[in-house]
Amino acid sequence: MTASLHIENAGPLTSVQDGGRRGHMRFGVPASGPVDRFAFAAANAALGNAPGAALLEISAGGIALRCAGEALAFALCGGDFTAEIDGRSLGGWLVERLEPGQRLRIKGGAAGNWAYLAFSGRIDTDVWLGSQATHALSGLGGGILRPGAAIVVEDVRTGGQRPGPLPAIAASPIETARIVLGPQERFFAPASLEHLANTTFHAGAAFDRMGRKFEGPALPPLSLDMPSEPAVRGALQVDGAGQLTLLLADHQTIGGYPKIAVVVEIDIDRIAQLPAGAPLRFEILSQAEAIALMRRAAREEDLLKRIASRPDLDERLRTINLIDGMVDAGKPDSELPIP
Amino acid sequence: MSTGFPLVRPVGAAALLVELGDRIDAGINAQVIALDRTLAAAAPAGLVETVPSYASLLMTFDPLVTDGAALAAEALHLARTLPAPQGQACEHIVPICYDGPDLPAVAGRTGLTIDQVIAAHLAGDYRCYMYGFAPGYAYLGGVPEALQLPRKGSAERGHPVGSIIVAGAQCLITTLPMPTGWWVIGRTSLRVLDPLGERPFRFDPGDRIRFERVDPVAPDN
Repeated sequence: MTASLHIENAGPLTSVQDGGRRGHMRFGVPASGPVDRFAFAAANAALGNAPGAALLEISAGGIALRCAGEALAFALCGGDFTAEIDGRSLGGWLVERLEPGQRLRIKGGAAGNWAYLAFSGRIDTDVWLGSQATHALSGLGGGILRPGAAIVVEDVRTGGQRPGPLPAIAASPIETARIVLGPQERFFAPASLEHLANTTFHAGAAFDRMGRKFEGPALPPLSLDMPSEPAVRGALQVDGAGQLTLLLADHQTIGGYPKIAVVVEIDIDRIAQLPAGAPLRFEILSQAEAIALMRRAAREEDLLKRIASRPDLDERLRTINLIDGMVDAGKPDSELPIP
Repeated sequence: MSTGFPLVRPVGAAALLVELGDRIDAGINAQVIALDRTLAAAAPAGLVETVPSYASLLMTFDPLVTDGAALAAEALHLARTLPAPQGQACEHIVPICYDGPDLPAVAGRTGLTIDQVIAAHLAGDYRCYMYGFAPGYAYLGGVPEALQLPRKGSAERGHPVGSIIVAGAQCLITTLPMPTGWWVIGRTSLRVLDPLGERPFRFDPGDRIRFERVDPVAPDN
């Protein structure tokens, strides 16, 4: 059971992405993978795909493709992107069926910079270092999608994916991002650190898979005299002119500019989706507080999975009680009584 | 600025930076590599990945398994009790054809003849300090002082993979045809990045590199 998807149009930032490749930063290779991990995970979950399965990441410019071979289902998640089949508009955040001969077009909307298009099958592409994630700068991995290319989907599953809209996620843009200062905050004057904590910055129009610029007060480094040091996804790097750049999925693994702070992992997705000009403030946490936040988010996600996988009413009621308990507990680092 | 190394700094919610110094120095980098190897030999619980750089080592960790404080304490302890370097560093021979388009400009700016530039470059004692910037971009420190030039004012396009470029004390063998502001002095048939090979990255941080001159008519591949 094979389908092929013939790319007719694709914006310049369209690529194959899976969950990413870990463990190669020491060789200059970032993890890559989706810029918005949540929307990526939602698209795969909507089709019952494996959590890190390869799909298409779409940005400005959208994509248009024609289906050949088997019919298959697709899921579209991320921002305000919408799907259109043979000119018929369907909306976004949905599962739909695509028949052979039909033309699927994905368009950007008022908000959001990244969308994820998953299919009910295995996308067959080049694999690099065990992953289909595309490193855009080198093109290594599953690959950048250009007009004229075809994507082959193997092991197509046709049943089990109910077409229709997906539960809408909270579409409000992030207003405050949690950060941990450092590792090079000592390169900045106290006034610059004050600006970082108390001023509203604005998402820049310039972004790609490597990073996103922010506009705001200049935070000029006191010195650039540092040996280049490792950089992570989420780092807020400050250039010589004092401008902030948030490093994203294809970040440089080593940077010669000081990193004033690092955004807590769970806030990166929504920053990447901010429209140009959107305001953003930063809230400074200690590393311990940031870790507590990550642990709490992971526990909530785990509980939601347990809820989803337990149709039995008694079990469900008990789980809901647990959730109430968690909300009341209010202590982010407390151990939850998971059954 | 702090002077007491080693020290550990938080990096977001899931990483630490262990600093062994604050300058580009073979001895400091050797400590970075020693710490990297110590952690590889006996990884603390929750450690995900380590990234060596000139003077520091990044440790990423799983915040659901360990917390920054425990890992920081362990890293500091290991960094203070590093074993002496064992055995010889691995050495690689890199064939180089000195036909780079910037050779005359490098000669002009350093006040050397082209032959002296070549001799100086060949005489350098090169060490792979780290990878960075892009896949396979190995930073080879050890360019002799007489050859050290600042980067060009702006990046130029169009240099093929395998170009050998220099700036300051650093020398690099390109793995992607990317724009560069470094000085292109030659090229090599050796590929530091062999994406689909069994050994995709030719060097390890800490390795030594020696350049050997080959005839300008040597084929590109």
